[in-house]
Amino acid sequence: MKTIILRTASDYLLPVLLIFSIFILLRGHYLPGGGFVGGLIASIAFVLHSFANGLSNTKALLRIHPGFLMPIGLMLAFLSAIAPILGFDLPFMTGIWMHEPISVLGTIGSALFFDMGVYLVVVGVTLTIIFTISESA
Amino acid sequence: MTQQLVIYPLLLQLFLSIILMFSWKKISWQRVISIVGGFVNIAVSIWLFSYIWENGTQTVQAGNWPAPFGITFVADTFSATLVLLTAISGLVVSSFSSASIVVARLKFGYFPIFHFLLLGLNGAFLTGDIFNLYVWFEIILISSFVLITLGGEKAQLEGAVKYFTLNILGSTIFLTAIAVLYGLTGSLNMADLSLKVALIENRGLVDITAVLFLIGFGIKAAVFPLYFWLPDSYHTPPSAVSAIFGGLLTKVGVYAMLRVFTLIFVADEFLINTILIIAFLTLITGGLGALVQNNLRKVFSYLIICHIGYMIAGLGLYTEVAIAGAIFYLIHDIVIKTNLFMISGLIYRIKGTNSIRSMGGLYADSPKISFLIAIALFSLVGIPPLSGFWPKISLLSASFSAENWWIVGGILFASFITLIIIAKIWANVFWKDKVELPKRLNFRYFHKLTTVKKSQMIGPIVFLTLVSLYIGFGAEQIQQVSSRVADELLNNQQYIDAVLNNNQNLN
Repeated sequence: MKTIILRTASDYLLPVLLIFSIFILLRGHYLPGGGFVGGLIASIAFVLHSFANGLSNTKALLRIHPGFLMPIGLMLAFLSAIAPILGFDLPFMTGIWMHEPISVLGTIGSALFFDMGVYLVVVGVTLTIIFTISESA
Repeated sequence: MTQQLVIYPLLLQLFLSIILMFSWKKISWQRVISIVGGFVNIAVSIWLFSYIWENGTQTVQAGNWPAPFGITFVADTFSATLVLLTAISGLVVSSFSSASIVVARLKFGYFPIFHFLLLGLNGAFLTGDIFNLYVWFEIILISSFVLITLGGEKAQLEGAVKYFTLNILGSTIFLTAIAVLYGLTGSLNMADLSLKVALIENRGLVDITAVLFLIGFGIKAAVFPLYFWLPDSYHTPPSAVSAIFGGLLTKVGVYAMLRVFTLIFVADEFLINTILIIAFLTLITGGLGALVQNNLRKVFSYLIICHIGYMIAGLGLYTEVAIAGAIFYLIHDIVIKTNLFMISGLIYRIKGTNSIRSMGGLYADSPKISFLIAIALFSLVGIPPLSGFWPKISLLSASFSAENWWIVGGILFASFITLIIIAKIWANVFWKDKVELPKRLNFRYFHKLTTVKKSQMIGPIVFLTLVSLYIGFGAEQIQQVSSRVADELLNNQQYIDAVLNNNQNLN
């Protein structure tokens, strides 16, 4: 599938899809979206890139093995879940929110970090599965 | 900080799996982390147990959402006991597996997945929400599926397919039952369900839902017509994996049955009769199945099924004495079944085979190990005063006073058939003259291992045997725990109060 059209398009689509995935991640608290869908869109971006440019190029672009994103994401989600216990003596997974909204992003709370953890885990799992299958194929 | 104590066992396991995933390629680190984590887990579980013992049922409302709406984690004496037993089995199995499983299997993430399995088990024991229970069941199922296939031998994959198909069927039925229950009541919180199900007038529909739950949990617990996946799959993975499966996985099904049928569906005549018939048939067929097997681990697999019957019988008799007996048996069974599968792994490492007929002369070769194994085997049979004896007394006296002669017969039959099987194993494996087996090249025989590895394999067996001895000789204390659990299960008002009246101390 190394056509020049796809290759040129994928260079532009990769950043656009990644930004779109982050948009989906951020809007997910009250509206459809969130870490899971955002993570899937981000992995689609990398899968498309690997279709156009070959798997080794995508791996070089990622630098780290995608499987390594799983423990990082889990750790992030874990920390955001236990933060209320450690810092505020509130039950596990209670949402902690900043009082003042930030421009563009809105109010930031521990739920956002949980979603970012989910995002990273989904990217890690999906890319590990797809890369492993396409390597052995 | 102690208010959150209920979920510390969960958080610890999750934390351990994440740390283990970070050291994915460093197997020697993983061994150390897993064993040290196991010790910490036991300490946390003892803390939880003693706290619950002194202060009664504790709850945590996850996310600070009040009780019938959010997910509640509840630790009563039953949950705390099982969390403690999970911690004990978890520690011994992580020590045993770090010595007995070859590195080629360990490096595909054995330890992280193992701790995810423990996370799922702890979660299932601690949750107070029926849908959340389903989620923990899924976590257990997915992790156990990875553990059972790790290594990818042909027999393993065959066993795994059977294991997975039937268990996913069980999960689906369980999920359907939850959906029906939610449709009937509009709630998922178990304490809330307990109140709402009692008010439903259409009892036929409630019974049908209860039967759906019975089938779902029955597949997990491996009771009579639904157990065929168990003996076909438990002998295929390495014995350390079988140990944690045999010790804890079917017991989650039993736990769920005991919980749901005492809290949500307070048993009526139809349910009790169904459960009693199932218990009787499980006792008989499991025992007969074990009698004809030649593979040591298949024998133990059938014994698991047979002995599940005792606990189901205790539930079916539905008196305080009977349920206390079932709880006592559950405590004894988790320890002893974990131990049995580790013993089968040890014998496999010594002899290089699982076939009972081709073994022999173990007593002449290694009398100390044989003596150790003898204690565990006698505890299983229930020679007084060892641990298997006491719960059977409660169960028998309960079935005598209920004048249920079928169950009396079933319990006695299962006990005698266990005795016959153990005698057969003893005669063939230990006392028979040694059979010269062909030496297997590249097989890691026990005598070839280093002293550290040897002690990592023997140590867990010694420890669990000591625990069994304690259960036998300290039966009074275990009986106290079991009676208190039975009392809490049958008088479920304090459970409901602990969950639903927690709203005032939220803020």
